[in-house]
Amino acid sequence: MILLIAIDFRGDIDYLRDQIGTRFHSKVDVSINGLDPKPFLNPDRNQFNSTSIIQRLEKDAPSTASKVLAVTSLDLYIPILTFVFGEARLNGQCAVVSSYRLDNRSYGLPDNPSLLQERLLKESIHELGHTFGLIHCQNPDCVMKSSTYVEEIDFKSSRFCLACMDSCATALSRLK
Amino acid sequence: MTEQVSLLIVDDEPSVRDSLMHWFLQEGYRVETAAEAMEALGRMRDSSFDIILLDIKMPGMDGIELQRRLKEIDSQLAIVIMTAYASVDTAIQALKQGAYDYITKPVDPDDLSRLIRNAAVQRRLMRENLTLKEEIRSLVSTNQIVGESHQMLEVLKTIQTVAQSDVTVMIQGASGTGKELVARAIHFNSRRKYFPLITLNCGAMTDTLVESELFGHERGAFTGAQYRRKGKLELAHKGALFLDEIGNIGPKTQMDLLRVIETKRFTRVGGNEVVQADFRIISATNKNLEDAVKEGTFREDLYYRLNVFNIQLPSLKERTSDIPLLVNHFVAKFATAMNKPFTGVDAGAMELLKQKSWPGNVRELQNAMERAVVLGKPPLITAPDLAGLVEQSPLSEADEVLPLAQIEKRHIQLALDKSGGNVSLAAQLLQVDRATVYNKIKKYGLLY
Repeated sequence: MILLIAIDFRGDIDYLRDQIGTRFHSKVDVSINGLDPKPFLNPDRNQFNSTSIIQRLEKDAPSTASKVLAVTSLDLYIPILTFVFGEARLNGQCAVVSSYRLDNRSYGLPDNPSLLQERLLKESIHELGHTFGLIHCQNPDCVMKSSTYVEEIDFKSSRFCLACMDSCATALSRLK
Repeated sequence: MTEQVSLLIVDDEPSVRDSLMHWFLQEGYRVETAAEAMEALGRMRDSSFDIILLDIKMPGMDGIELQRRLKEIDSQLAIVIMTAYASVDTAIQALKQGAYDYITKPVDPDDLSRLIRNAAVQRRLMRENLTLKEEIRSLVSTNQIVGESHQMLEVLKTIQTVAQSDVTVMIQGASGTGKELVARAIHFNSRRKYFPLITLNCGAMTDTLVESELFGHERGAFTGAQYRRKGKLELAHKGALFLDEIGNIGPKTQMDLLRVIETKRFTRVGGNEVVQADFRIISATNKNLEDAVKEGTFREDLYYRLNVFNIQLPSLKERTSDIPLLVNHFVAKFATAMNKPFTGVDAGAMELLKQKSWPGNVRELQNAMERAVVLGKPPLITAPDLAGLVEQSPLSEADEVLPLAQIEKRHIQLALDKSGGNVSLAAQLLQVDRATVYNKIKKYGLLY
C-alpha cells in the first residue's frame, strides 16, 4: 500500500491518488493533514525543510505502508539549495513533494490548474521512483529525468522509460 | 553514465551533509561525507574522489588549509568551495589556490547540478589527458632506433642531448638510414612533444607548391583555392616542422624560408595578414649541402641557419655489426604483424644478409625482411627466402646482368615513387619529356 499524506495541500488529492494507484499497480490510501508542518519552518527563509520532514515521516510511517509520499503546497528547501520540488530517500520508504514551485503563479504567470496537476503528478511519480531505487535517467522523455527548473518538468512525460519501468517493476515485485 | 563519479562532501553541519548526500545519490553519484578536515583526509586515504564539496568555515582546520592538503594528495581534484555571502573574499582566495569553483549558500539547484556536471567532465578530461600523455611517452621513444654499434650509440646520445634544447637540427645521411625516425625521436623527447610534428617532403614538390604548403593560402589566392588553408608552419605552432629532402627546394623557397626562420612571421599566399608561429625546424637531406653551397644551388645563409646542430647518420655498410640486431628486430616486427611464428633467421641466411652491401640501407633491409616473412616458412627464415629478394631491390648492386627493359621499368617506377606520382617531376628527374614517361607507364603498366 502507498500512503499519501496531504500537508497543507490545496490541490486535487483524489486525482493524484487514482493516477499513482494506476501507475504503480498499488492500493493508495490518503491521510489529510496527517503531519503538522510548523516544526519544519525556517522563519528566516520562510520555507520548510524537506529533509527534516522526511526524517519525521520515516519515524512515524505505518508499517502497513510500503511507501509514504507527503504532498504539500508549502515551499520546500534543503539547507544548501534555494528550493526543491521534492525530496526522497533513495531505496527508502518516504518522500515529499511540493506544488509551490510548480504553480505558474509563483513565476508571475496566469493560473493553469491542469498544468499544475500534470507537473505535480510527474514530480510525485519521480520522487516515488527514487524510493524504488531509481536514480536520475538520461532519457529526456522519462519521468526520472532530473528537473532543476520548472520548464524541464514540462519537457518530460509522466511515464517511465523501458529501463526505469523494468527496474521499478522488479522493486515492486520484491515488495509484494 | 559510463563511469560513476565520486563526491566527498565536507561540512560540519549535519543537515547540509545529509541533504546534499541524498540529493547527489539520486543523480547516480557515489557520495561520501566528512564532518571535519581530519575525517576528510582519512577518507582520501581509504578511497579516491573526483569532486570535493568543501565548506570553507569549519572548526579546527579550515577549508582553505584542507584544500591545500587535498591538492597535495591529488593535484587533479576538482574542489568546489561552499561559502556564505559573508566569506566570498575567502572563496576567491581558494580559487586563486586552485579550487575549481565556489558556490554561495543557498545555491540554485540548476546551478549546482550544472557546476558538478562540468566539474565531472573536466576531471574526466584531465584524467584522459594524463593517460594519453603517458601513452605518447611509451609509444615514442628512442627504443625504436635499433643499433648497438658505437656510431649508433653516439647518434642516440646526441638525440637525447639535442632534444632537450630548442636548437635547429639538420640530419644528414643516405637514403634509408632513418632520418625521419631520428627527427621523430628528437621531437617526441623534447618539451614540444605534446604539440604536433608536421612533416613536409620538399623533394616531391615544385617551388610554388612548397610555398603554398609552407605558408598556407587565402581564399582565391589562385585557381582552385576555394577556402583559406593553414600552412605547415602554422600547423606546427608550438611543435616542430620536419623538412625532409631540404636540399631539393628552389631558390625562391630558400629565400622565403630564411626569412621565416629569422622572424617566425609570415603571410599566407595571397594574403596580407601577418601570422606568427612558434616552431622548431628539423631538416633532413641525403645530399651534400656543403657542395651545393659551393656550387651556388643552395643559399649559404640558409644552410648555416638550418645546420645549427648536425647529426650524421651512418650507412648500414658503416655499421654492419648492427645487421643481426636489425634483422631480428624486423623479423619479430613483421612476424607479429602477419601473425607468423618466426623466431629468427638461420645461420646461412644471416651470413648472406651480413655480406650484402645494402645501398638502400636500413629501409632496404626492412623491405627484404618483410618479403622474406611473407614468403618464408616458420620458424626460421632461410637463405633461399632471401637471395632473390635482396637482389630484386632496385638499389642493390647488380651481381648479374639483367634485361635492359627490366632495369628501365624499375628505374621509371623509382622516379615516379620519388616524385610522389607527379609525372612532370618524374620526367625532370629522368631528364626526358613527359610524353616519354607516359609512354613508358603505358608500356610497363606502372603505378603512379
